Amino acid sequence: MSDPAAVVVPKGSKAHVAHEVHHEELGFWRKYVFSTDHKVIGIQYGITGLLFLFFGFSLMMLMRWQLAYPGAAIPLLGTLFGEARMPGGTMLPDFYNELGAMHGTIMVFLGVVPVAVGGFGNFVLPLQIGAQDMAFPRLNMASYWFFFLGGVTMLASFFVPGGAAQSGWTSYAPLSVLATGGQTWWLIGMIFLITSSLLGAVNFITTTIQLRAKGLTFMRFPFFVWAQFVTAFLLLLAFPPLEAAGIMQLMDRLAGTSFFLPTGLVVSGQVVANAGGGNPLLWQHLFWFLAHPEVYVLILPAMGIVAEIIANNTRKPLWGYRSMVWSLVFLGFMSFIVWAHHMFMTGMGTAMATFFQTTTMIISIPSVVILTALLLSLWGASIRINTPMLFALGFLPMFGIGGLTGLPLGLNVADIPLHDTYYVIAHFHYVVAPGTIFALFAGVYYWFPKATGRRMNETLGKIHFAGSFICMNVIFMPMFMLGLAGVSRRLFDGGASYDFAQPVLHLNVVSSWGAWILAIFQLPFIFNFFWSIWKGEKVGDNPWQATTIEWAAPSPPPHGNFAVAPEAHRGPYEYSVPGAPRDFLPQHEA
Amino acid sequence: MTTDHVTSDHAVDIDRHVRVYITVFVVLMVLTIITVAISYLHLPVAAAVSVALLVATVKGSLVACYFMHLISEKKLIYAVLLLTIVFFAALLALPVVTHGNGFWIHE
Amino acid sequence: MDIPYTVEIRRDTGLTNGKIGIWLFLASEVMLFGALFASYILIRTGATTWPRGDSILNVPLATFNTLVLISSSVTMVMAWASLMRGRLGTFRMYMGATVLLGFVFLVVKYFEYSHKFHDELFPSTNNFLAIYFTLTGLHMLHVIGGMAVNAYLLGPGSKLWKTNPVWFTNRVENSGLFWHFVDLVWIFLFPTLYLL
Repeated sequence: MSDPAAVVVPKGSKAHVAHEVHHEELGFWRKYVFSTDHKVIGIQYGITGLLFLFFGFSLMMLMRWQLAYPGAAIPLLGTLFGEARMPGGTMLPDFYNELGAMHGTIMVFLGVVPVAVGGFGNFVLPLQIGAQDMAFPRLNMASYWFFFLGGVTMLASFFVPGGAAQSGWTSYAPLSVLATGGQTWWLIGMIFLITSSLLGAVNFITTTIQLRAKGLTFMRFPFFVWAQFVTAFLLLLAFPPLEAAGIMQLMDRLAGTSFFLPTGLVVSGQVVANAGGGNPLLWQHLFWFLAHPEVYVLILPAMGIVAEIIANNTRKPLWGYRSMVWSLVFLGFMSFIVWAHHMFMTGMGTAMATFFQTTTMIISIPSVVILTALLLSLWGASIRINTPMLFALGFLPMFGIGGLTGLPLGLNVADIPLHDTYYVIAHFHYVVAPGTIFALFAGVYYWFPKATGRRMNETLGKIHFAGSFICMNVIFMPMFMLGLAGVSRRLFDGGASYDFAQPVLHLNVVSSWGAWILAIFQLPFIFNFFWSIWKGEKVGDNPWQATTIEWAAPSPPPHGNFAVAPEAHRGPYEYSVPGAPRDFLPQHEA
Repeated sequence: MTTDHVTSDHAVDIDRHVRVYITVFVVLMVLTIITVAISYLHLPVAAAVSVALLVATVKGSLVACYFMHLISEKKLIYAVLLLTIVFFAALLALPVVTHGNGFWIHE
Repeated sequence: MDIPYTVEIRRDTGLTNGKIGIWLFLASEVMLFGALFASYILIRTGATTWPRGDSILNVPLATFNTLVLISSSVTMVMAWASLMRGRLGTFRMYMGATVLLGFVFLVVKYFEYSHKFHDELFPSTNNFLAIYFTLTGLHMLHVIGGMAVNAYLLGPGSKLWKTNPVWFTNRVENSGLFWHFVDLVWIFLFPTLYLL
């Protein structure tokens, strides 16, 4: 039975696009602050996210002093944090834990995802599918402000008595349940952030399905669109269990329940006066049920960005587009059934361990397919070197190292000596830092001309790339060795109090200097970014001679994006088509 | 947007729908009374849970199919819900993963 | 700017944006309540003792509340059907009834909760009460949210009927989907907590 509410608009729906004639002049606040335009919202997410990335990085730079020179006073900055956290400029263990927990939380939830999904997703997706805006522009605005609220809550938590959350970004119970007030703020902040993501996911999925241009079938989508589409499903379905867990932990902390507190818990010789009967593992399960798909939320948009830039700068179609797409979908699906590989050391039996290590090994396959396809796309190509391409190329081996080093972690027995060591830290940072963050940088350099009508300076970009690439490896490669030597993560002194760690402790110094020098190499980027907004070389609408539809819009695109609704006439990467008049055929050109 | 809405054909459609709604309403009320009545029998746990869940599933399905019009919905919605059910099942596996196979030792 | 498929359907999917949007949101809600149900099962099966629901909770009162919520689902769908028939007055009657029944549900829950507190039964007392208050509390928040949207559609929101009746009807339908979902959750919550 058909939907009685259906009213089908006749052909000629292009007409509504021309309604721009009627749009009112908005004041400053409605145009730049409380805007419903996806491009403004994307830039808001992008800039806020980049600021949080630098803030989260700064927290780590403080920690790196303590790790390199345990117990030494931090020069200059040491006095800024007060006697409660850094008496005489030396870091206290609780403050170290605060910095550690908040570094992880901020980088993942306030930095990478907002830039990758909120920033690039919002700005590029509607343009790439030929739409005027997102399906729900006001909901989009609400998503940003929930994110902003979550960020403010997280930052404010530093100033409550006892300081910010300090039980790891993973907030394991029972430690987190018994922790100081900052943990409550963390939980509330997470609820705001989760709400932001859920609303955003609804928007992205609806927009992609409903507002794509005529002729733009799913298999003609740019890979970036597919990546954002799958990512949105991960956010939609994986975040709610963490929200449930957050609510339960809030109940434990504020209402005295014992969801995660076992019976007979004794802390510092005192019996915890709760009803008991709870299960700390329940928190771990619910947390990782989200957090595993979350790591794919971190990498998928990055793969999308890199794919776009590689296709463009090799002047040929992506190798194996269909296999890449199916791999994406399969990866997204599998990501929901591997979570307990983060819990191999919690006492699970062999049947469960077998199940999860099998699914984990299987999930590596689509990752390898995508990476291999990207590598094969370089074969026989006329490679153009520019800053976005350098970062995209740099991403490939870095993601390769990150991915391969994940394999022993995913095998139950190999994980035994590696779990919770610096090996794990090295593995995931390779994927996220010289992995995803490089892709984000690539995306900034690539789409900057579309957003501003100017390009960023190439020389500064190359300096940014070279310095960052070297420093990232200087920071994280030694950590594999630290981890293999048995040094645990989250140690306040970087392992200095352990005899077995003495031969490798000097590696902490290497990583620290790598981090501080990495910071210096971000300065050309920051300067370049702001300087180019006003003084960058002006370029036309399609400076990269790209095929995808966003380049058909003016730079920057006006409200409504396209004067006439575009139509897709071909696939997304028709580069170097034999017999064509030039080396690229834009997707929207008739 | 023009106000071209309900034609007489649609009105007949709605009449049929309304009859279904009333029927489902009555069935739901009856099933509610039944499930409460059965609970007074104090069946053994396994049976009690099975019966209660079965009745709840029937009631829930009626609400979903007829009040939420799922019985005549589009393929896309079915696809989204199918995906959701698969992951919902994964969630329900959590207790199995925890308690099965010697995972968590009880005192 | 007129976003397409807000009012009319897109031919190849057969859906409006709002319909897809609300179902996606409901999918996320399935995962939210699903996680809590899974937690309930995990905690209960790991517990050495667990009270029967009817030994602590008021089954007759909750049965009444169940019938109230089911009735409100019927009035909700009748409200939408009234709009499909072009009858604004009947819509107001049914939507009003829906909001009223939601209010009755909340009043009953208020009495339930205060009775528990009066008997010194708090979320912290034991895990059964913890999960009871958390599940029904979260459900109650959803009832309040749904009522707020319904009240808006009954009141100021109904102005849209004059200028764009199809859009208004779609909004009522989508709000109804949320309201039915809230009823659906209760259909599972009620036996789980009260009868087992």
